[in-house]
This record gives sequence, structure tokens and C-alpha cells, in this order.
Amino acid sequence: MSTVTTTADALAVPARQGLSSLVLARFARHRPAVASVVVIACLGLGALLADRVSPRDPLRIELAHKFAAPLTKGHLLGADELGRDVLSRLLHAGRISLSVGLAAMAVTVVVGTVLGSVAGYFGRSLDAVLLRLTDAMLSFPPIFMLLALAAFVRPSLPSMTVIIAVTSWMDVTRMVRGQVLSLREQEFVTGARALGAGAARIMVRHLFPNTVGIIAVAATLSVARAILLESYISFLGYGIQPPLASWGNMLNNAQSYFSTAPWVAIFPGLVITLAVTSFNFLGDGLRDALDPRSVQSRA
Amino acid sequence: MTAATRDGVILEVRDLVKHFPVGGGLFSGPQAMVRAVNGVSFTIRKGETLGLVGESGCGKTTTGRCILQLERPTSGSVVFEGRDLTTMDAPELRKVRRTIQVIFQDPYSSLNPRMTVGQIVAEPMAVHGLVTDAVKRQARVRELLGRVGLLPQHAARYPHELSGGQRQRVGIARALAMEPSLIVCDEPVSALDVSIQAQIINLLEDLQAEFGLTYLFVAHDLAVVRHISDRVAVMYLGKIVELAPRKELYDEPLHPYTRALLSAVPIPDPELEMRREHIVLKGEVPSPLKPPPGCVFHPRCPVAIDRCSMEVPPLREVKPGHWAACLLA
Repeated sequence: MSTVTTTADALAVPARQGLSSLVLARFARHRPAVASVVVIACLGLGALLADRVSPRDPLRIELAHKFAAPLTKGHLLGADELGRDVLSRLLHAGRISLSVGLAAMAVTVVVGTVLGSVAGYFGRSLDAVLLRLTDAMLSFPPIFMLLALAAFVRPSLPSMTVIIAVTSWMDVTRMVRGQVLSLREQEFVTGARALGAGAARIMVRHLFPNTVGIIAVAATLSVARAILLESYISFLGYGIQPPLASWGNMLNNAQSYFSTAPWVAIFPGLVITLAVTSFNFLGDGLRDALDPRSVQSRA
Repeated sequence: MTAATRDGVILEVRDLVKHFPVGGGLFSGPQAMVRAVNGVSFTIRKGETLGLVGESGCGKTTTGRCILQLERPTSGSVVFEGRDLTTMDAPELRKVRRTIQVIFQDPYSSLNPRMTVGQIVAEPMAVHGLVTDAVKRQARVRELLGRVGLLPQHAARYPHELSGGQRQRVGIARALAMEPSLIVCDEPVSALDVSIQAQIINLLEDLQAEFGLTYLFVAHDLAVVRHISDRVAVMYLGKIVELAPRKELYDEPLHPYTRALLSAVPIPDPELEMRREHIVLKGEVPSPLKPPPGCVFHPRCPVAIDRCSMEVPPLREVKPGHWAACLLA
């Protein structure tokens, strides 16, 4: 090191303080979000292990147990109009509802991220066209659009996923586009261009990693939305068809018996509420934890 | 050494113009033009440092970006090693980008927060498909970090873990990775503490001596520019108003704007500071949307005459090597 100007400042190797540990610490401070993780884990495990933990076969009809109240005749959460065990059906319905939610989220996020990045990075006419398209889609009332679409296709897991994704990709697109628009002007992107990096490299290596935070938030919120929308379609009878159970169609079934056997309606409703609020809180917590303004505190 | 570098000139900027359209909607054209750079010409010789000074918004950064082809100039040419960059297509330009590099002002936004220092410094090699062997690339990264006074351990760190000075060193290491011949330094020290500024300036000088680098040093701090530059160009409202060897420019400025700038630099001697003449310019810098006719400086010039508002003064060689754009010089 003869000609090199070396100084105490340059040689200081700061203590390790990874980004991820910072994010985790901040997330842990958000109590509702932490509780939500527990709730989501329970719902997820219940759905995953539904075959093992279900007390009964969810499709087994026992007319003798018709409208059995909770905690009677061996039904923890009661039985429905055909004597099927509500708890077992809820656990199995979780599989359908959660997988529709997660699959729709995946499609939404992929479509939204790609379109948002392209619109934000290339700008100009491409941006204008994509933006008008998202605006046009947003201007339809989602329920109306959902039902219109659902009326044309045979309800199934993949078709529900696609329908929900078609009505939800716009939010992610707009969020990612906004983020990319501001990132694009940052000097490290200009620097990458000065190095000769192409558009693909800049988007994958420089823009995408810096949008992961908001994508994660958008993803959790879109799971909540997808679960709600699936319930909605199924509740109206256009979604997952009986005898297969989803949280939405269980609620649909139950509406006629609400005054006589309220538990048949209350428990699916409760689970939907729990799942949706949990995913929303999780998104909130992630948003706070990943906020770049606090991540990059220069202290 | 190619024929392109005749007279030792590595970069020649000729009549560079960059106008940015503003306003206008989907169906109407731009409402106005921001004349950020309005006919700038200069040359840089190999191994030299040309300082480019001026206040905020005078077009000095845009000039740098036009040279780097990050902004495509509206007109004019940028001849680097004998070849005009403005007419090059993308693949050709990509190759040239290896030899022209840039160091940015803000050490916080110029490094990708999601990449480690090692990845950042190795990126030029990855982009140009050089040193594909991972072990050799690591070795090269370590070598570069050593060159800029950092330690190999820094390679595993993220930018947010480093100090401002360290980050700027990382930016310099990245610029050096491709062994460039010209580096555009865009206010490389103005975001740093004064003590760190000196270290970075010294580092840049050491590297220049070691690798024979040529610098275009864009800054607004006259003291810093004086320290590092061989020649200095002063910009005002998109034009170069004076260009001279450092000593001449600081000792015998010819343009009234340069004089005013220099009189604003404090002298670290209170008595001298009290006694000397201070030129305080009246008014504000006119909008680059509507630059004044004639000499762009005439509305604020303390010595302007009637002719100044009608005639555009050309940048002419008043003394050998000393250029000024003033009718009275």
C-alpha cells in the first residue's frame, strides 16, 4: 500500500448488521402482525394436515346427527343439515380457500410485477397504454366483473384462481410501477446504465430486488383479497360447488338455517374473518418492517 | 496509442446542446424547452483533469451525462478517442462504455442497497462478460478494494453498513474495474464531510498518477476544483463563459462571472477577507426556459454595456490557452 491513500475511516470494518435481522426486529414489534403469523400458521397447518386431524370424513352424511349443536354427539363445532361434521369440513375447506388465495396471489404478483416493471422502466407510450388499461380494469366494480366472468366458466380451482387474478392484478401493477419510477432515477440505476448493463439486467438485478419489500406487502394483502373474493363467489353459488367444501360455500349453505342452527354459519364466517384480517395485519406489519425510510436510517 | 489520440486529445466536445421538453400532454407538443446545455465546446487531453464548475442548474451535470451518453444530446458531437459517440448504435456504445466511467455525487443512492460491495465492484465484469471465473473475479474485487484503500472484508458488506467515505471508495473501485481511460467525476465529494473530501481527492489523484487516468471533474466547490484540476471551465446557464489553465483562471479571471464566483470564496484570513473587494451579483439566475438574449450573463453583469444584450459573445482565445466569452475581455 504505497501510493494508496489509506485512512482510519476507510479501514474501519463496521459491525455486522444485516438487513434481514433489522427487518425481523421491527416486525417483531408489530404485535398484531406477530399474532397473525400464528393464526395463519394454524390455519395453514390445519388445511395441510386436514386428513389427519379431522375428527371425521367431511363428506360423510349422518342424518341422525342433523343440526347437532356444538359439543354434542362428538361434533366439536356441531354438524350441518346433512349431519356432516362442521370442524372437518372447515379444515378441508381451508385447503380449497387457502390454495385459491395463494394461487391467485401468485398469478397476481407475477403479472403485476412484470407489467409494473415494464411500464415503470420503459415509460412513454408503453407506460401510457398499460396505465390506461389498469385504469379501465379498476373502473369496473370487481364484484360485477367477478360474477360476469364466473358465469361463463365452469367453476374449478384453476378457473377460480384465474378469475380472481384477472380482477386483482391492477393494484400490484400500480404499486410496482410507482416504485420503479422512483428507483429508475436513482444513481445506482444510472450507474448500471453507464456500465453498459442492458434493460433486462437492470430490471432483474437492480429494480426487482428493491421492489421486493412492496411486492411482499402487496402479496399478503392480495391473499386476503383473494380469500374474500373466493368466499364471495362461492357464497353466491358461482364458485366451488358442493359437496366439495370451501369457506364461502359453507356459508352459502348455512344461510337458510341461520335462525335454527347458527353455528353452521358462524364458524365459516369466523374463519373467513380470521384469515382475512390476519393476512391484512401481516401485510401491515411487513409494510412497517420493510419501510425503506427506516431501513436506511443513517445513524 | 492510436491515431485517434493525436495531440494527446482524448475527448473533444463540440457545440453540445441538450434541450429538455417540458409540459405538453398526450395530444399537444411540448410547451417549452429547458435549454440545459446550449452550445458547449471543449477538449480534454490524455492524463489531464478538466474542472467544470458552475452553480446548481448551470448544466454541468447534464454536460457530463451527455458525454456518458446517459442523455442523448440534442445536437453537437462528443468525440472520444477519435470516434463520435453521439452517432454510435447501442452495441458499439456498450464497448466504449468500458473505457468511460463515472463516479457519482451521492454515495447513498449510487450503490444498490441490495447488493454487497463485492457484487457491486464485480458488476462491470459481469456486464461485459469478462473474468467469468468466480475465483479470479473475487481476486480482482479484492485487488480493486485494496487500490481504493478498503479491505477485502468489505466485499461481504452491504452499502448501508459503510460510512459515506467508504461508499464513495466503493464507487471509485467500481469505476476502476474496467480500466477506463476517462472518468467523469460528477461532484464526487460534495456530499462528504470536509475531512473525508480531502481523502477522496487525494485518492483520485493517486489513482490518476498510477493509471494515467483522465478526469472530467464536475463540481461547484471552487477550492476543490482548484486543488485537483489542470484546467478549469466555468459554466453559466448552459454555456462555458471561461476556460483557462487553473492558475490563470484563479489569478487573472477575465469573465465578470468568474470574478464574482471567486470573490465569493472565503479566504481563511479575517483581515484580508475584510479588506478585499466582494462582488455581489444582483438578481437570480434567469430561467433556462427563457435565457436572456445576447450574453446570457448581461442582466446580472456589473460591467455590462448596451451591446451585451444584443450580441452573443463567442468563446474566444483572449490569451494563449485562456478562453473567455465576454465582449469586454
